[in-house]
Amino acid sequence: MSVKIEKHTYDVVIVGAGGAGLNAAQVASQYVKTAVIAKVYPNRSHTISAQGGVAASLGNEEPDNWHWHMFDTVKGGDYLGDQDACEFLCRSAPEMVRELEHMGMPFNRTKEGKIAQRPFGGHTSNYGQKPVRRACYVADRTGHAMLQTLFEKSVSQGTQFYSEFYALELVTTKGAVNGVLCFDMKDGSLHMFHAKAVIMATGGSGRVFMTNANAHINTGDGIAMTLRAGFTWSDPEFFQFHPTGIYGHGNLITEAVRGEGGYLLNGNGERFMERYAPTIKDLAPRDIVSRCMTREIIEGRGAGPNKDHIKLKIDHIGAAAIMEKLPGIHELALTFTNVDCIKEPIPVIPTSHYQNGGIATNYLGNVITGGKGSYETVPGFYAAGECSASVHGANRLGTNSLLDLIVYGRTTGELAAKYAKENNIVDMDENAGKTGLELLNRLANANGKHTFSEIYNKMAVTMHQNVGVLRNGNNMEKAIKDLKEARDMMKDYRVTDRSSVYNLDLIEALEIENMLLVSRIIADAALSRKESRGSHYRDDYPDRDDANGQNHTQAFLEPDGSTRLDYRSVRTTPLTVPTFPPKARVY
Amino acid sequence: MEKVTFEIFRYDPDKDKKPYYQKFSVEVREPGMLLLTGLNQIKWEQDTTLSFRRSCREGVCGSDGLNINGVNMLSCITRINDLGGKHFVIQPLPGMPVIKDLVVDVEDLYTKFITVKPYLIRKSSVPDIEFYQSPEDRKKLDGLYECILCGCCSSSCPSYWFDKKYLGPSALIRAWRYLSDSRDEGADERLPVLNDKHGVWRCHTIYNCVKACPKELNPTQAITGIRKMLMDKQF
Repeated sequence: MSVKIEKHTYDVVIVGAGGAGLNAAQVASQYVKTAVIAKVYPNRSHTISAQGGVAASLGNEEPDNWHWHMFDTVKGGDYLGDQDACEFLCRSAPEMVRELEHMGMPFNRTKEGKIAQRPFGGHTSNYGQKPVRRACYVADRTGHAMLQTLFEKSVSQGTQFYSEFYALELVTTKGAVNGVLCFDMKDGSLHMFHAKAVIMATGGSGRVFMTNANAHINTGDGIAMTLRAGFTWSDPEFFQFHPTGIYGHGNLITEAVRGEGGYLLNGNGERFMERYAPTIKDLAPRDIVSRCMTREIIEGRGAGPNKDHIKLKIDHIGAAAIMEKLPGIHELALTFTNVDCIKEPIPVIPTSHYQNGGIATNYLGNVITGGKGSYETVPGFYAAGECSASVHGANRLGTNSLLDLIVYGRTTGELAAKYAKENNIVDMDENAGKTGLELLNRLANANGKHTFSEIYNKMAVTMHQNVGVLRNGNNMEKAIKDLKEARDMMKDYRVTDRSSVYNLDLIEALEIENMLLVSRIIADAALSRKESRGSHYRDDYPDRDDANGQNHTQAFLEPDGSTRLDYRSVRTTPLTVPTFPPKARVY
Repeated sequence: MEKVTFEIFRYDPDKDKKPYYQKFSVEVREPGMLLLTGLNQIKWEQDTTLSFRRSCREGVCGSDGLNINGVNMLSCITRINDLGGKHFVIQPLPGMPVIKDLVVDVEDLYTKFITVKPYLIRKSSVPDIEFYQSPEDRKKLDGLYECILCGCCSSSCPSYWFDKKYLGPSALIRAWRYLSDSRDEGADERLPVLNDKHGVWRCHTIYNCVKACPKELNPTQAITGIRKMLMDKQF
């Protein structure tokens, strides 16, 4: 590995090329010199896998308004979302979706030619009365169409891409963020990007769970890098499990299947969600449906010879509707389970899907220092999309993730460009890049015993079994012990490949290093939260505790390698409308 | 347990003077096991130095286009048992420079993609709300927008191998996706790029691209559409 470091200077550097990173890029590139760094080519980012839709209260199919959407988002997040952010997200939605349409996104259409909309979990009209058609969609390839559109738009705006560049260190100088150290996976060369502003848009970390709907790349690199730079991870314990992962694989079957009229059946052929959520049934939010499915299985009402899964029925809407609105699902179910969903139900199980928490941000996407009560912003530092946190609270609603990408992508792109125009670049100090280089050298030369799969399996299995849909203190303590053992194994790691060229052995070493930090903090934060809220459910503390629990967990990595948790109160005051006070979350 | 052989193209420019093939025995641990699962099995249990691209593992990110027994496909949605036989020669996508093992240099694919101006070009004003597009007009984009830029098509095309300047089916189906969009006003900017001996006229309707496309799209039809549009404009 060469010690020569090539230097690049930009106004704005964006880490990550999914929907959030690319929307930030296409906006920032209109004003200032902008680069995107990503470990895959932009159109390979995980946004590509999003299926069902993007939420916006366009009201194209029936009456709707952003305040109903905001209510659903606050309630869906079990009152842990910052309500200023929830308002900002939902108010901005119609304009942002129309902007995407103007860029060329090929939305499905109503008869009149407007953007078509479908129902989705937890989205209701009139503050919870009945499901509403709010999800704007492109068949079941909405993320694919969005990512392509944003990639193409940023190409047209002259964004500079550094694809297959792996980020090692977020560089800070005197409290400001001013760069990123990377290496080029294709030739091993080192690159220091010096910037006036940095936007993190690195997505999630769902790979830390064994059964997951995430791409190989979703290893929490951005979160880990941000923690190492001394910043805060907000609400790590709130991890979303999507109800309908393909049995035996975990890949996603979109909620749009239920939006289009599909429903879940237990082993007795019973439509069990009617018992748990009498008003909106199978369109209850994901945390609730995942828990109900898990209960059905635990109580012996699962489907199949081992009674270990649930069936998702969609054949009754007919072949034509399936092929028009859910063609990708038809293909996936065939490939992975040999099931033709035009004829029979798809076997499904809950699957790790989305990191509800993330880098602590305010309602505009400025990264904040976090900690107890602190909303102080970090100069030159922004975060958008799944790697950031403020709007989704304890559980994200389906289709609010693609909305988050475009709203916070655009907002951070604008803010970072403005910041870059108004401020001088902060010189790097002599230690810039040192942490990243040490990390790289340690792993590139690791000559011990254990390899990726041993450690990955140990971590991902215990996370899945003990920090999953249903949690309790004993199980989480077991996980914390297993994770400590996995980290000890990491001290005796082996990278066999010594090549400077596309060394996937080394990339996996860096990724498992990051995943071990991420999983450790998820488990610590989960054990410390003694209540049940949204996606965090504990048998030993089954109720929500608003007096003590309406707080954001704040996780830090200390310079000595230890982790620390703190709590920050939720912002319950929206920007222009009254607060939605916590209520029992029934559907 | 059923075992199959993966005979994999290996090349590390740091240490190998020339490429070679290495055989690995892969256990088919479940019916319907995917090729990518087999590659991961090798990487995680036998040889950690093997390099290949993969990400979404469900056929939408387009990272893992590979050549299996002479045919381009995505490893993550190809079931081993569907291929027939027990011996699979796995090579990087043909017609592209090899970086390492199964990883090819795709810069040419992206450069040509950008050349065709793959974005909506609009000259008249934009409405305050969305553009209205009839369901019939929207339907014209089906079979086009689903392209995942995996490169399986261009990499299977003899004209793309032979003519280094040929835009190739991957870029051309993208161009046709925008030329077919009722909202687009960019035909005058895009067509001169396509109306070239290295553009649509280089296609010899060999149809390899159609056979190779893992999303069952039809780039040859797209190229024909562009040609017809060019003819209509000229006469």
